[in-house]
Amino acid sequence: MAIAEELAKKQRVISVAEFFEKNRQILGFDSAPRSLITCVKEAVDNALDACEDASILPDIFVQVARAGDDTFLVTVEDNGPGIVKEQIPRIFAKLLYGSRFHVLKQSRGQQGIGISAAVLYSQLTSGKPTKITSRIGLNDPAHYYELIINTKINEPEILVERTTEWDRPHGTRIEMEIEASYVRGRRQSIHEYLKSTAIVNPHARLTLIEPDGNMMVFDRATDIMPPQPKEIMPHPDGIELGTLIKMLRYTERQKLVSFLMNEFSRMGRKTAEDICKDAAIDPSEIPANISHDQAKHLLGAFRKVRIQAPPMDCLSPIGEDQIYQGLEKEYDVDFISTTTRSATVHSGNPFIVEAGIAFGGSLPKEDRIEILRFANKVPLLYQQGGCAITHAISDVNWKNYDLNQSGGTGIPVGPAVVFVHVASTKVPFTSESKDAIADIPEIMNEIKLAVQEVARDTKNYLSRKKLLERRKDKEEIIKKILPKMVAKVSSILGKEEPDIRPVIAKIMGNVLVQREVTSKADGCFVSLKVRNFDEHARSFKLHELFKYDVLEAPEAKIMKVGNSTSLVWKISLVPGEQKVLSYNIECSGTPELQAPIAEGIDKEIITGAKVV
Amino acid sequence: MLEKDELTQRKLLHLINGFYTQLESGEIPALLLPTRTKANIAYDDESEVWVYGERESTRSAKTTRGAYQLLKTSYVVDFVNTQLKQAKSSTLRELYYISENWDLAKFGEQQESDRLIEDLEIVSELQREDFHIRPEEDGASIMGPLRIREKTRRGTKTIHCQEDVGEAGYQVPCNVDALEFLEHDARLVIAIETGGMRDRLIENEFDEKFDAIIIHLKGQPARSTRRLMKRISEELKLPVAVFTDGDPWSYRIFASVAYGSIKSAHLSEYMAAPAAMFVGIRPSDIINYELPNDKLTDQDIRALHSLLSDPRFDSEFWRSEVNLQLELNKKSEQQSLAKYGLDFVTDTYLPERLTEMGII
Repeated sequence: MAIAEELAKKQRVISVAEFFEKNRQILGFDSAPRSLITCVKEAVDNALDACEDASILPDIFVQVARAGDDTFLVTVEDNGPGIVKEQIPRIFAKLLYGSRFHVLKQSRGQQGIGISAAVLYSQLTSGKPTKITSRIGLNDPAHYYELIINTKINEPEILVERTTEWDRPHGTRIEMEIEASYVRGRRQSIHEYLKSTAIVNPHARLTLIEPDGNMMVFDRATDIMPPQPKEIMPHPDGIELGTLIKMLRYTERQKLVSFLMNEFSRMGRKTAEDICKDAAIDPSEIPANISHDQAKHLLGAFRKVRIQAPPMDCLSPIGEDQIYQGLEKEYDVDFISTTTRSATVHSGNPFIVEAGIAFGGSLPKEDRIEILRFANKVPLLYQQGGCAITHAISDVNWKNYDLNQSGGTGIPVGPAVVFVHVASTKVPFTSESKDAIADIPEIMNEIKLAVQEVARDTKNYLSRKKLLERRKDKEEIIKKILPKMVAKVSSILGKEEPDIRPVIAKIMGNVLVQREVTSKADGCFVSLKVRNFDEHARSFKLHELFKYDVLEAPEAKIMKVGNSTSLVWKISLVPGEQKVLSYNIECSGTPELQAPIAEGIDKEIITGAKVV
Repeated sequence: MLEKDELTQRKLLHLINGFYTQLESGEIPALLLPTRTKANIAYDDESEVWVYGERESTRSAKTTRGAYQLLKTSYVVDFVNTQLKQAKSSTLRELYYISENWDLAKFGEQQESDRLIEDLEIVSELQREDFHIRPEEDGASIMGPLRIREKTRRGTKTIHCQEDVGEAGYQVPCNVDALEFLEHDARLVIAIETGGMRDRLIENEFDEKFDAIIIHLKGQPARSTRRLMKRISEELKLPVAVFTDGDPWSYRIFASVAYGSIKSAHLSEYMAAPAAMFVGIRPSDIINYELPNDKLTDQDIRALHSLLSDPRFDSEFWRSEVNLQLELNKKSEQQSLAKYGLDFVTDTYLPERLTEMGII
């Protein structure tokens, strides 16, 4: 027998299930603590996706209970729409079975691997079947299944199948026994995963019961559902040649121009015709007849002709307010800023970057900042160092934003949490376990811009705060310290306390008005000394109101108001300038005068006059 | 009130009156003080010591910090003024505790009130004794062929600092100016940093063999100790040797004895003994004598670098020794000389070094 024939005997098809059985680290089952997180995560992701599709405010219950020496029973239950009876076995016990793989729409799950991989992991490590309960409505019974995956043929095997009593009107419950270990107090833990999930899903209520019976509730911060993402056609920008050729071959359209208009998003008749013209192909050409070279020209035309950015409604960003509420709920901080950027495209896939920063409060000052990474509303817990989000944050020069960063690059140090969410119809992960986003330049750039935007807000907040503090310092001086000093100094010398308003005006950088009255035989001479101690020029009006007759008042506008007289001066003072306004009134003895009245100036920056 | 106290009072009230006038005329109260850093000390040719230079800084009520300092200054003056009137006195520590009742003018720590008293000394050109404020310092002890007369509360006493004292020596009082030097048979004065080395010299009868007056500095020397060194150096016209550990902190001890300290440069003319000479331990001794040593700490290294920019150490000798030490990255204590036996320091090291320096 020829060697080739000998070898051919050994060659056979490997089932997907068998492949994953041997390579489970690819899907995130590489260590005991991680396997637990992955199982919970897959179940919770599915629950959130299901609730969102059905516009139900999610209420998700997670329980991790000790089952054996090193096995745990994981239960995840949701109030979602439930699953029709026929679908249950394949959704949970067949790999690569799912509804989302062929759809261009943002969702948590994409390939239909997640939950069935968890089921597979459970059966491999505990040898027990996975138990599913699901109900689609009050008028339908709840169905109960015990399932395992036949790994040779990648098909579900049903061990138990019956209807059951369930108190929920609709929803799904999954129970798996798995080999795992339960950890606490670090970023990669069930608790932190649920906390992060709660931040990006402020419309969800999550309840966790830990193995020791401790219960934690991450309550919802809003009752508003996030908008439903819509399905879209691929966007021509950045589509790959192979994909284009495949689409041309299998389309049912008879003309190139209608193919372009109907199977791509943002492609109107005018744009489609422009593209055909640019590629020098007849618009009525049959798509299947387009040659390899022509397809290349078409691709080139996609790049040249201006095409509108892809529609955003296929994406469901969390929203600036929701991120704000989420961060505010989970962190005790002084300042939060959030942003949602507008949509852009990478390889034909629209994406949106959102960023948030939480600053100050009880966050540690000496540690590196905490980075919260999310892709399509799913927290990323592993491989922080290999993720585009981390790389983009490290690229930002944080010194410009008042955070410490040795060497001008890397993760900065300071009391801050930086949040980044990348939402896309296709998030480019570095591996199937979906731990880190790949360094796609378009995505990196958007992340950087988003982070810089919220960092800028933080810097503005800090300088505002500094200004306020300086103002507060000054008030402490004039209200507390100076009066005590005046009292002490005067008492030591046995002298009367001097008028310190001029000193106060100087310290505060204010405009000071001082009035002096001299009574003489021919009337009362009044002078108003006005001085600007501020660093800015000041313009305002000054009034004197009294019931005496005016003998002389140069520069003033004199008005009669009932039986009172009003004098008005228009005053402009450059920094440091002083003016003396004087007038003479008919009165014997000391005149009764009220405080001068100022108009058109803030009361904080004038001393010695009442502001109206 | 004593005439001296009246003068003090006048000077203090003058200061307060300055504040009052500023407040009255609409000026922000402020006080000008010489900058008390190493960048602002200058060598005075006449007295041969380092005093404050020309640079001044303004303490103004424009800032919260300055306003608090001026408020506290007013309170301290009030306190001192009352104390003078009542012919009472207090310690620096008591002053700190009394400020507990001063509300906003309360001191956060004693260092702060000590410093404020120094500031008052500078602006009034007086000394804290004039304010009736006493230190709590541990003064020096003397052992050696010197007869002194001290005015005490129980009358005047004459004491010989070898014959009339125990092993601990004669304890110098706070007010050194109450002492009178009567007679001596000494050829030199040696000031020692550490107690262990001082005891070694006495056990080895260094004072008798070399006719030496041994003074124990007890670390960074108190004002009274420095005043004593100055008086001995000038009045007895004896050479003064300073013997310390070989690290930057010890060099600072020597500098404050010989040149004056940065913190109290306003008193240098009264306390610094410019004739004092540094015996060791020198960094070069670490190599020449192969002394047991320790690695420099980060603080040591910082302190050494700071010496390089300190005008008092701006000499060929210090520059080369400090740079050598940085290069060696080592320091040694006085007592490391014990490597060669207990008598080595008194039989070999000191006689060799003192001869080399022309002291004996």
